[in-house]
Amino acid sequence: MSAHIEALYNAIEANLATRVRRVESLADELTLEVDAEHLLEVARVLRDAPELRFETLIDSCGVDYLHYGESEWKTLSATGSGFSRGVAHGAAPHAGAAAHRPARRFAVVHHLLSVTHNRRLRLRSFCPSDDEPVIDSVVGVWAAANWFEREAFDLFGILFNGHPDLRRLLTDYGFVGHPFRKDFPLIGNVEVRYDPVKQRVVYEPVSIEPRTLVPRVIRHDNRYSPELIEQGPAK
Amino acid sequence: MSSTAEIRSYTMNFGPQHPAAHGVLRLVLELDGEVVQKADPHVGLLHRATEKLAESKVFNQSIGYMDRLDYVSMMCNEHAYVMAIERLLGIEAPIRAQYIRVMFDEITRVLNHLMWLGAHGLDIGAMTVFLFAFREREDLMDCYEAVSGTRMHATYYRPGGVHRDLPREMPRYQASKWRSQKDADRLNEARSAGLLEFIEDFTRRFPKAIDEYETLLTDNRIWKQRTVNIGVVSPERALQLGFTGPMLRGSGIAWDLRKKQPYEVYADLDFDIPVGVNGDCYDRYLVRIEELRQSNRIIAQCVEWLKKNPGPVMVADAKVRPPRRENMKGDMESLIHHFKLMTEGYCVPAGETYAAVEAPKGEFGIYLVSDGANKPYRLKCRAPGFAHLSALEEMVTGHMLADVVAVIGTQDIVFGEIDR
Repeated sequence: MSAHIEALYNAIEANLATRVRRVESLADELTLEVDAEHLLEVARVLRDAPELRFETLIDSCGVDYLHYGESEWKTLSATGSGFSRGVAHGAAPHAGAAAHRPARRFAVVHHLLSVTHNRRLRLRSFCPSDDEPVIDSVVGVWAAANWFEREAFDLFGILFNGHPDLRRLLTDYGFVGHPFRKDFPLIGNVEVRYDPVKQRVVYEPVSIEPRTLVPRVIRHDNRYSPELIEQGPAK
Repeated sequence: MSSTAEIRSYTMNFGPQHPAAHGVLRLVLELDGEVVQKADPHVGLLHRATEKLAESKVFNQSIGYMDRLDYVSMMCNEHAYVMAIERLLGIEAPIRAQYIRVMFDEITRVLNHLMWLGAHGLDIGAMTVFLFAFREREDLMDCYEAVSGTRMHATYYRPGGVHRDLPREMPRYQASKWRSQKDADRLNEARSAGLLEFIEDFTRRFPKAIDEYETLLTDNRIWKQRTVNIGVVSPERALQLGFTGPMLRGSGIAWDLRKKQPYEVYADLDFDIPVGVNGDCYDRYLVRIEELRQSNRIIAQCVEWLKKNPGPVMVADAKVRPPRRENMKGDMESLIHHFKLMTEGYCVPAGETYAAVEAPKGEFGIYLVSDGANKPYRLKCRAPGFAHLSALEEMVTGHMLADVVAVIGTQDIVFGEIDR
């Protein structure tokens, strides 16, 4: 752990002792988790406390943890016919590292920057409900959040309490669904073409098949798992 | 009978097919006479769901997508992406690769600023500077082509280094029906040796070219009338609105990631950060012009270092770098590694990171979440233009309709990165 990260964490702890939880992250980054009900309060302190001064919201985005840690292809053991080559769509994915999946599905991640102190911070809050993700908007704290939250609403369907103008941003006018959710198909649901008979653009269900060129695999690499190295080679 | 005339504000549509909309910006403007009262940008016409596509591809296959985000500063986008992967993998590019990356980042900055200068000039009535800027851009495009084979979408950076070392030969012009032997010889003069010599020659020529642009604009009365005191942003407001890059420096805040949070070899290089005073379009113009000069200095320093220090340009780790072609012909290990890397790719350890570079337009960052698989779990591109455009309404309210074009120009908007 580098010294400036520790100093930053101590300053945050002094201001927000019980409000934030520190999450394991890379050595030169600091990630905090905040319960949704404390988000606004924590954001204000982070912006205004003189030893913190996170005056800029660099980025804010939604994350959908629905399939976190799931792979499409078993890699630990072969069957009688060898490894399966294809990926069956709709089949239950293999839950390998899914044990690490967070309990809640939707999170909003804010990346903050303090120009005064030259520090960065990552702030994550999970939406309390999976079916109707709602979280407080931070537009009142950082004006830059406006479009970032519109984008997260558009792509993930996360609702932001107190946002002045929560409209879709990137998708088509009249788009249905939230395309960056993990259960939204990559090929989409509708396709669009010009119909010369009706003399207008028409929407139809997609005609292409979903396909996977490279299956998603999770391999256990000893170099990246310290606990495996300590155990020594498997017997 | 009342003598007051009733004037109602009316709504006007601007774009998406307007040459001054810099791509596909659709603006819904509410006007009171010629004064803008509200501006509502409609974006997303170029939305390609790059981040979702990246979730279905192995890590290396998305490098090419990064070029297509901000398609005027291609290699800087790649840079942030490969840096994010490198941080999660815990690898570092060899020093020579770092110098090459810095050199091409700065070449990219010059490319971007020249495009911006030309387009911005064209938007508010200066034609010649566009032609001048494209003359120099052409030379730098040739550098892209020499090193990667393509003039724009290079896909040159790799996690762990760059694709290959700098070529010892520059592509040359040939005489044809449209180009006489004399013209070809003149163009080939600087191309007679390697890429580094060509770039060195460019850095000697370029300051003079910048002087030419400045002669056309800096003291130009019309240019100043169109830019001075237009789109003023105070430093506090710029921070609130998430501004970065020249947009922030134009407002007087000396913030540049290359100095404040140096990555690669920027800490070893000598350059200055220009800062504006008034936060208007003219100051941002001056900042970018000075950045051209500073980038030129950095490029010259990189060329000097690269000439003296040969070495590897890719990490040695066989689990990340593909094997050499000739080894694959006789070595079983190399063949297996090649097959696995080209089909399945490499797995990146679980974790998350945010890697940012000082792209020409501001801070371009990649937030990468990996769950240990061979594909990203979530990729978020933090585009500088996105934050800038979201502040467009604030910047143009109260200005005249014609100034909207000046503000769009000063923001250096490119829709590839805003819509993603």
